[in-house]
Amino acid sequence: MSTMTLARAVNASLRSAMMDDPRVLLLGEDIGKLGGVFRVTDGLLDQFGAARVIDTPLAESGIMGTAVGLAYRGYRPVVEIQFDGFVYPAFDQIVCQVAKLYYRTRGAVRMPLTIRIPWGGGIGAAEHHSESPEAYFVHTAGLRVIAASDPREAYVLLRQAIASDDPVVFFEPKRLYHSKGEVDTDLDLADEPPMGLARVVRDGTDVTLVTYGAQVAIALDAAVAAEDEGVSIEVIDLRSISPVDYRTVTASVRKTGRAIVTHEAAREAGVGAEIVASIAERCFEYLEAAPQRVTGHDIPYPPAKLEGHHLPDLDRILAAVDRVMDRPHTLAGAAQ
Amino acid sequence: MLTPAAVPDLALSVDDAARVLTPEGERIPDPTLDPWLGSLDPGLLRALYRDMVLTRRVDAEGFALQRQGQLGLWPPCRGQEAVQIGTTHALAAADMIFPSYRETGVVLARGARPDEFVMAWRGEAHTAYDIQRLRMAPMQVIIGAHALHATGYAMGIQRDGADEIAVAYFGDGATSQGDVSEALVFSASYQAPVVFVCSNNQWAISEPVDVQSRVPLAARAPGFGIPSMRVDGNDVLACYAAMRWARERARRGEGPTFLEAVTYRMGPHTTADDPTRYRDAAEVERWQRRDPITRFETYLRAQGLLDDDAVAEVAAAADTLAAAVRAACVGAQTRPGVEVLDDVYAEPHTGLAEERREYAEYLAGFAETEERA
Ligand SMILES: Cc1ncc(C[n+]2csc(CCOP(=O)(O)OP(=O)(O)O)c2C)c(N)n1
Repeated sequence: MSTMTLARAVNASLRSAMMDDPRVLLLGEDIGKLGGVFRVTDGLLDQFGAARVIDTPLAESGIMGTAVGLAYRGYRPVVEIQFDGFVYPAFDQIVCQVAKLYYRTRGAVRMPLTIRIPWGGGIGAAEHHSESPEAYFVHTAGLRVIAASDPREAYVLLRQAIASDDPVVFFEPKRLYHSKGEVDTDLDLADEPPMGLARVVRDGTDVTLVTYGAQVAIALDAAVAAEDEGVSIEVIDLRSISPVDYRTVTASVRKTGRAIVTHEAAREAGVGAEIVASIAERCFEYLEAAPQRVTGHDIPYPPAKLEGHHLPDLDRILAAVDRVMDRPHTLAGAAQ
Repeated sequence: MLTPAAVPDLALSVDDAARVLTPEGERIPDPTLDPWLGSLDPGLLRALYRDMVLTRRVDAEGFALQRQGQLGLWPPCRGQEAVQIGTTHALAAADMIFPSYRETGVVLARGARPDEFVMAWRGEAHTAYDIQRLRMAPMQVIIGAHALHATGYAMGIQRDGADEIAVAYFGDGATSQGDVSEALVFSASYQAPVVFVCSNNQWAISEPVDVQSRVPLAARAPGFGIPSMRVDGNDVLACYAAMRWARERARRGEGPTFLEAVTYRMGPHTTADDPTRYRDAAEVERWQRRDPITRFETYLRAQGLLDDDAVAEVAAAADTLAAAVRAACVGAQTRPGVEVLDDVYAEPHTGLAEERREYAEYLAGFAETEERA
């Protein structure tokens, strides 16, 4: 067990996956000598050589398309997309090829690709460096979509993603790259819950707060603030946003009768819409209030100085808690 | 004017393409291609002829089956048999092919069963052939995407140190796609053992090749550091020789090669297309005189390798294959409906498992109603 940042945990995860399986290869821009723009792949070129840590030309569709070819050949490519906003040139290869080849060949071709994406806002970055594109991928059958929320989760989930015979889009909240946590790199993966399962990170009885990624920490802060005001919030970290673990979500909502979903991505046709609709289908008779969404606005990601107005913060979550509890605005602002 | 500016004749001419057979079927020397033709083994020559004739017959059958409502669509390859059969015969069985949708001859030369030609176009499956047995990826519909797959696969061959190559087939229109340019960049950077076969059949649906390029397509590759050859795509021997040259380069570790096979799509783009809207009959007529099968037949007869009996025997074999394709098509059994939900993921998936269970129950409800009725 040791304390490490989320970036180091991802590095450790890649390293152990590469040691365990010689078919695991890394592809991406600047991932070799530089160790990636976030230094996530630091040291891997030295350890595994240029045949396994491949510095690629600057062409995202090219990276993804050649990874498809390597997967055909039996390799297990782990692709690094430099920033969330640069995945779009590879979108065609991901949705038309990576996601569909297993289905198109009725299982004859496997695409055990892992697509790592430094993800989301909150770091004051330049344009195109803070996007939350997860809904595009969630809408595409054939992909699994995973979001890490702390170093230990990142370590375990990434190992599971690489081991999976299905393609996995793996979101790493770049806001948390430098946040620290305990990671046991000697743990036995067989003892870990599968990556498709959600986890209840805080028990509660009044409201179910569903989220993922960097937003998990904010949800936990909201739960602490609400507790002071006598509202008990259960926080669920989805971990997997495709598929969603509805067993865990619905069990919680049936207990609390109230649901809020929060994420950084825009609201319209987002992951929150999907989860709220599913909660309505599955838990209608248990609901005490209309489920709420607390999300980014339906706008292009704003300039860095304004991102605080876009990202759903503690107060916006607490305001939603007030709505589902049907009480005047008492919680929002209470934390200050 | 918002139309592409006039293109130098060079980009469009056919006569600068390397060939060893004239359109009249006369053997002429070519310094680059001749070394790859050796003594022209009669068995190989007959096989090339036979596979071209069989391809044309299967293609005609596919067309007819579509017109009779048996297939949803068919992309004819009439006129392109020489590039498909010539290049494929130059490969080893282990070489991996990434084809486009028009490569009926490649599928045939790889040994497809009769049903494997038509079930995809009938809508019974996305990929109808056994990709392991044929060593062929599914036919690609997204223009140019598979040039990258072939490149990545070739990078895998490199890592494995295997004596194999990868091949991508695509059309002239595909060269406008970013993925093809990216494949040229990647394959050149890593010197991957891949051959790109561009069948320049002059048209991308209704867009002529001069909308795609101001220079001969083969002239682009050298700018990426990739040797290329502009070869007569209606000369099966030239296509065979060009692929042998390219394959040897790849095997020797000399990296990718780009072949532009100058040919012509004699029929419509697909059975849904109306080529009379965009090209004139005189052009088709001109290309008719360059027919790859007639040309080769003339040559073989002159060599004493083919006579009327042999021609009739091949024609009969082609009819037999076409009949088998037809029988497989007409006799096709559609899979049970609930199977649309199968093979989406390699590993258990909670969401889809539930969706499948619900749909199976829903379908079972109909069965019960029918039983009661
Ligand atoms: C990315 C993409 N855009 C458009 C199409 C529609 N489309 C199908 S075939 C075709 C023309 C392709 O021409 P070419 O590459 O020359 O190949 P050919 O059909 O002549 O063999 C087009 C535009 C497609 N399949 N994929």
